[in-house]
Amino acid sequence: MDKDNTLALAPAATGAPVTLTGAEMVIQALRDQGVTHIFGYPGGAVLPIYDALFKVEGITHVLVRHEQGAVHAAEGYARSTGKPGVVLVTSGPGATNAVTGITDALMDSIPLVVITGQVPSHLIGTDAFQECDTVGITRPCTKNNWLVRDVNELSRTLHEAFQIATTGRPGPVLVDIPKDIQFQKGVYLPPANVQHRSYKPKTDPDPGAIARAVEMMAAAKRPVFYTGGGIINSGPEASKALRELVDLTGFPITSTLMGLGVFPASRPEWLGMLGMHGTWEANHAMHDCDLLICLGARFDDRVTGRVAAFSPNSKRIHLDIDASQINKVVRADLGIVADAGKAIREMVQVWKAKKKQSQPLKDWWAQIETWRGRKSLAFKNSDTLIKPQYAVDRLYELTKDKDVYITTEVGQHQMWAAQRFKFEQPNRWMTSGGLGTMGYGLPAAVGVQLAHPGALVIDIAGEASVQMTMQEMSTAIQYNLPIKIFILNNEYMGMVRQWQELLHGGRYSHSYSEALPDFVKMAEAFGCVGLRATSPAELDGKILEMIAVKRPVLFDCRVDPMENCYPMIPSGAAHNEMILSPDDGGEVSEAGKMLV
Amino acid sequence: MNGEAVERHTITVLVNNEAGVLARVIGLFSGRGYNIESLTVAEVDPAARTSRITIVTSGTPAVIEQIEAQLNRVVPVRRVTNWTAEQAGIEREMALIKVAGTGEKRMEALRMADAFRARAVDTTHTSFVFEITGAPSKIDSFIELMRPLGLVDVSRTGVAAISRGPEAM
Repeated sequence: MDKDNTLALAPAATGAPVTLTGAEMVIQALRDQGVTHIFGYPGGAVLPIYDALFKVEGITHVLVRHEQGAVHAAEGYARSTGKPGVVLVTSGPGATNAVTGITDALMDSIPLVVITGQVPSHLIGTDAFQECDTVGITRPCTKNNWLVRDVNELSRTLHEAFQIATTGRPGPVLVDIPKDIQFQKGVYLPPANVQHRSYKPKTDPDPGAIARAVEMMAAAKRPVFYTGGGIINSGPEASKALRELVDLTGFPITSTLMGLGVFPASRPEWLGMLGMHGTWEANHAMHDCDLLICLGARFDDRVTGRVAAFSPNSKRIHLDIDASQINKVVRADLGIVADAGKAIREMVQVWKAKKKQSQPLKDWWAQIETWRGRKSLAFKNSDTLIKPQYAVDRLYELTKDKDVYITTEVGQHQMWAAQRFKFEQPNRWMTSGGLGTMGYGLPAAVGVQLAHPGALVIDIAGEASVQMTMQEMSTAIQYNLPIKIFILNNEYMGMVRQWQELLHGGRYSHSYSEALPDFVKMAEAFGCVGLRATSPAELDGKILEMIAVKRPVLFDCRVDPMENCYPMIPSGAAHNEMILSPDDGGEVSEAGKMLV
Repeated sequence: MNGEAVERHTITVLVNNEAGVLARVIGLFSGRGYNIESLTVAEVDPAARTSRITIVTSGTPAVIEQIEAQLNRVVPVRRVTNWTAEQAGIEREMALIKVAGTGEKRMEALRMADAFRARAVDTTHTSFVFEITGAPSKIDSFIELMRPLGLVDVSRTGVAAISRGPEAM
């Protein structure tokens, strides 16, 4: 059957109301919203939408192998482009399989529009085949969701969905469309003139608050910028403004896991990541500072350590687009509710206009250099075993001059990647921060590669995580996406094993990855290229081979199975109680053992 | 933020009256571990399709601040007002209270009801149903007084709240 471009009826141009079926409205709304790629999996309750999709050009549908993969791929797409990710799945298991990804996107503020099919309206509530209460299940894990009951409400709902997903604090939204609504005809409204009745996010900073922030910054003797993913969500201009603010003030800067890339890691002001596996200098600067300037981060428990001992002598400025984040975990002396980019630009302008000068920061920087001198990311290398840190270092050195995007799974490998891979730009680092979803990285790489066809997209993975969504290698093959899955294979759920070593007397309960597949053979079975490195001597050659191959690669990098990830703030400890190695002791309190 | 005293607050939430909006608000309370002591909800403006939810909750000042902030994030929420914190509001609750008994206890129940301005809305030879309106504490007191006099059933509406003076919420 021929593709038909005439479905795009350009309703805005004619001005006349346009009648479409519900399924056609979905496709038309996606086009009007500028969507070029969607990730999905068909099923009974979305067949009319798939039929409408079949008839048009201009929207590329990526068929995943599991709905969780569709959502993570859409997240990778969104995080690396700044555009919303779109997911199309069926009712019942299609929707429930998507829940992990949707929750992941909510925790990390990733804009997604998830469209689910639902059983026909007259069967809702009858325990019909593949029926589930999708809006009920996803209510707590979406920014908003809708069950569409009237075809004439469908286009408005879809446009609202895009607006809510992408504005304010971004997040996932879900539109559940019963099958009968997909068949019915109704009036299609274009995106313009869709005004929400109650949703009006505040993005402009209060000028008084910006002026106060600038005064506090100019008076600070030991300041530090604590930055996060909110700056990335604000767009690349926000990162540029941040660079200017650091240039003007000369303040040291750290970031959360989600914020890596907001500031170039090569710059001297960069302290590295903070938090549980952050650097010695970043965490000590947080602990000893007199002014903490939090820009687009949310004082996650992985960042604060023991809250009662968190940064005890500082004044805190907290900028967040979401008012509920301010004073949630720690009290702010000054809260600013605004878009990060707008607020940082304002700070730059006010600083310049008032010709502000920082206090002399020489002593503070001297102190920071002492902390840096501890070289908290150092490790003991080996001639015979590949140390995972060494593997990440080599991967970085051999790819740093390329157009590279990194995704990760969750665990030790993720922390080593965050500590050691140096990012100069935002949107280059895709990882599951808030939810900590093993299995995120491989499908996320699929989404990233689709958005950036010529780039080098690498999933730094663990052998346990990667098996959770391994089936998406098949998707990579189908769409010729040359993603590189670089597995730091230590034959353990490494972070679980590390915690069992530190907290549970070395009783490695069910954390050994027994009966592992032969990843090289598995790669071949999928139609990918399989590579394996077992010694440091052959690592560089194999990495270069991986980069040279223009096909998906599964790289089985056999690393030291017993290596632990340091530095580490033990659970329940403060920033200045972090440990650099097992010899440091790092006694965990009874209260700390209770924490995750 | 620990160690602060727990306070009781009445919070009113004006919402778009759309499917699932009550579940959204209540789910926020259960999901984040906030208390609900009472809950009242009804449509108040059919033309504007708005409903008003009044929630009596308790928590430390930090928790109450979070409750308000979290409620404000909910997409169909139009306005959140904390009566206890912001202004003196009027709080009222209605209850239907069934008392069964005969003889002196029955007479005593009637006298008490009169003192509390409760009305008997159903009467048999062996029972009364009283309707009482007032602040929740007044209803609490009345129920305690009825307990030894043959209290058998209580139905309370939860609190409705509104501001004093000419201004709307």
